Amino acid sequence: MKVLGNQRFFLILAAALAASSCTSGKSPERGEGSEAAPKTRVSSTLTIKGSDTMVILAQNWAQAFMDANPGKVLQVSGGGSGTGLAALINGTADLANASRPIKDKERKQLMKRRGAEAHAFRVALDSLAVYVPAANKIEALTIPQLKKIFRGQTTNWKDVGGEDRPIILYSRENNSGTYTYFKEHVLDNEDFAATAQTLPGTAAVINAVSKDAGGIGYGGIAYSQGVRTVKVAPADGDPIEPTMENATSGKYPLSRFLNIYSVGEPSGIAKEYLDFVLSPKGQDVVEGVGYYPLPKEATAATE
Amino acid sequence: MTEQVLDAGDGHAPAVNSRRRTTLRPRRPKSKLASSFQTPLWHRVAERTIAVLALAAIAAIALIFVFIAREAVPMFWEVEFAEEVELRDLFLAKEWKGYDEPVFIWQPVGEPAKFNVVPLFVGSLKVTFLAMLMSVPLGIGCAMFIALYAPRAVREIVKPAIELLAGIPSVVLGFFALMVLASWAQAAFGFHFRLNAVVAAIGLALTIVPVIFTIAEDAIQSVPQTLTEAALALGARKYQVALRVVLPAALPGIAAGVVLGFGRAIGETMIVLMASGNAAIMEVFDFTTSVRTVTATIAAELGEVAQGDPHWRVLFLLGVMLFGVTFVLNIVGDLAIRRLQKKLTAES
Repeated sequence: MKVLGNQRFFLILAAALAASSCTSGKSPERGEGSEAAPKTRVSSTLTIKGSDTMVILAQNWAQAFMDANPGKVLQVSGGGSGTGLAALINGTADLANASRPIKDKERKQLMKRRGAEAHAFRVALDSLAVYVPAANKIEALTIPQLKKIFRGQTTNWKDVGGEDRPIILYSRENNSGTYTYFKEHVLDNEDFAATAQTLPGTAAVINAVSKDAGGIGYGGIAYSQGVRTVKVAPADGDPIEPTMENATSGKYPLSRFLNIYSVGEPSGIAKEYLDFVLSPKGQDVVEGVGYYPLPKEATAATE
Repeated sequence: MTEQVLDAGDGHAPAVNSRRRTTLRPRRPKSKLASSFQTPLWHRVAERTIAVLALAAIAAIALIFVFIAREAVPMFWEVEFAEEVELRDLFLAKEWKGYDEPVFIWQPVGEPAKFNVVPLFVGSLKVTFLAMLMSVPLGIGCAMFIALYAPRAVREIVKPAIELLAGIPSVVLGFFALMVLASWAQAAFGFHFRLNAVVAAIGLALTIVPVIFTIAEDAIQSVPQTLTEAALALGARKYQVALRVVLPAALPGIAAGVVLGFGRAIGETMIVLMASGNAAIMEVFDFTTSVRTVTATIAAELGEVAQGDPHWRVLFLLGVMLFGVTFVLNIVGDLAIRRLQKKLTAES
């Protein structure tokens, strides 16, 4: 009797799982190759991969888009900007979210493998924030100071005006666009210190920093719960706070555009999605998530 | 009991695990009379099917190796690879631009990309060694207690509990190590790095202890009662029986458990990815630093790279090397166990 009970339980579980995966997924086109390989994808599903910085944003966009367009299915996943662009090159995604510009090498690989140019769309604005634990009283850091810290040359907070405590570095995995952006704009393309701990995802970095009195990390502005953001000063200037105003005006030295890449000119559902993202409604979503909407003049496609 | 007597008669079967042998090897009728009967067809079909299934495992291993190696090997002649990476930089220290001394460094993104696999293997071995240091005594100790000392009521609770530990998904253990264990460890020992080799090793030990325990306990249980009874009859105390009679007799089985645990430890990914900090620091003896293991590197980076890229090839090379390490280790472990078995039977 007990065995029977178990079996019944599993049957119910399996049925429930199957039902939920159908309703949340591709129920309208069931049997019409919903499990099909990337090449023969049903035209009303869209796979979007890429930046972890942008994944909460993309999920909210996708939700709003699907609410407005019933029957169209968007699959959004993170993994990092590099992951998204690699998926675009390998043909396993239709659009890639990237918090950094595409590299020449990736552009060439895309041309070679998919036979089309990469198209870039700026979709939102972000200030890459530098995070410290809430208890750390340090007010501002300059870019050269940040460089020395993340290169591993400055190892104590007292050397940059804080208390006497060793600095613990938290960084992102190297498939992250944020990692690459930070490396280019703060480290002048030099290597991160070997002692920098790399964590998967901005949320993990924030969590680690919030628990480590000597910690410092970086990430998108939308993730600032439980930690403090530090004002950042350019090499020869005043400390700037990473606010929307300073990001829009370009005063904050680490403000950057978040991008979506497509293979060739987007068409069909990809185009509809991009139009939605760039529409006032889509830009409202950006603000709701905690990033900054595009300034008026930047809405046009960049390349 | 009659079986034991029969088996001992051929002079080869070790007295130590004679009971096991008889259960493992069903005796076939060898006389002419028996073989003259035609075996039914479905018997033969079933036998063949089972044989094919058994061989499928070997085929799977071979295929996996071939497919991993196929992605890695082109690095030796590909021009695209040679343009970006020098092969000896994969293994030797080099004084890169911007550094004051030759360093082993893993920085796969950047100009130029630096793919030195040494810090990754140092990291893997460090975590594995630490985890084994914790789980071998613990696993064997638990096994001895449960098999020899524990009252029935205790055994019936503790044994399933330990085995249940093996069923906890490693991502859950990793999460526990990351969120809870790391904070405790830092508060207790004042680690410089909150996430470090020790924290990851504790998490790993939680998965390895059940592996070692289960196999060791089996081995201890299968030591013939006659041995312990003889020792007790000669006036040995209980601990003397446990340490000098049962433990040596069960050693081959325990060693097998340790080898299996090592394989599990060096191949475990999720726990180390979450709890080790993933900083590829080239530091052999300091166990409190963050480490980046081979497995975590593959897991974290493989999703990023475009197929055929030098980075892609190096990651597959890591896979091949990891495969090689566990393969060699299994063979060495197996040989050692056999030698141990022989030695024990010769002595007894």
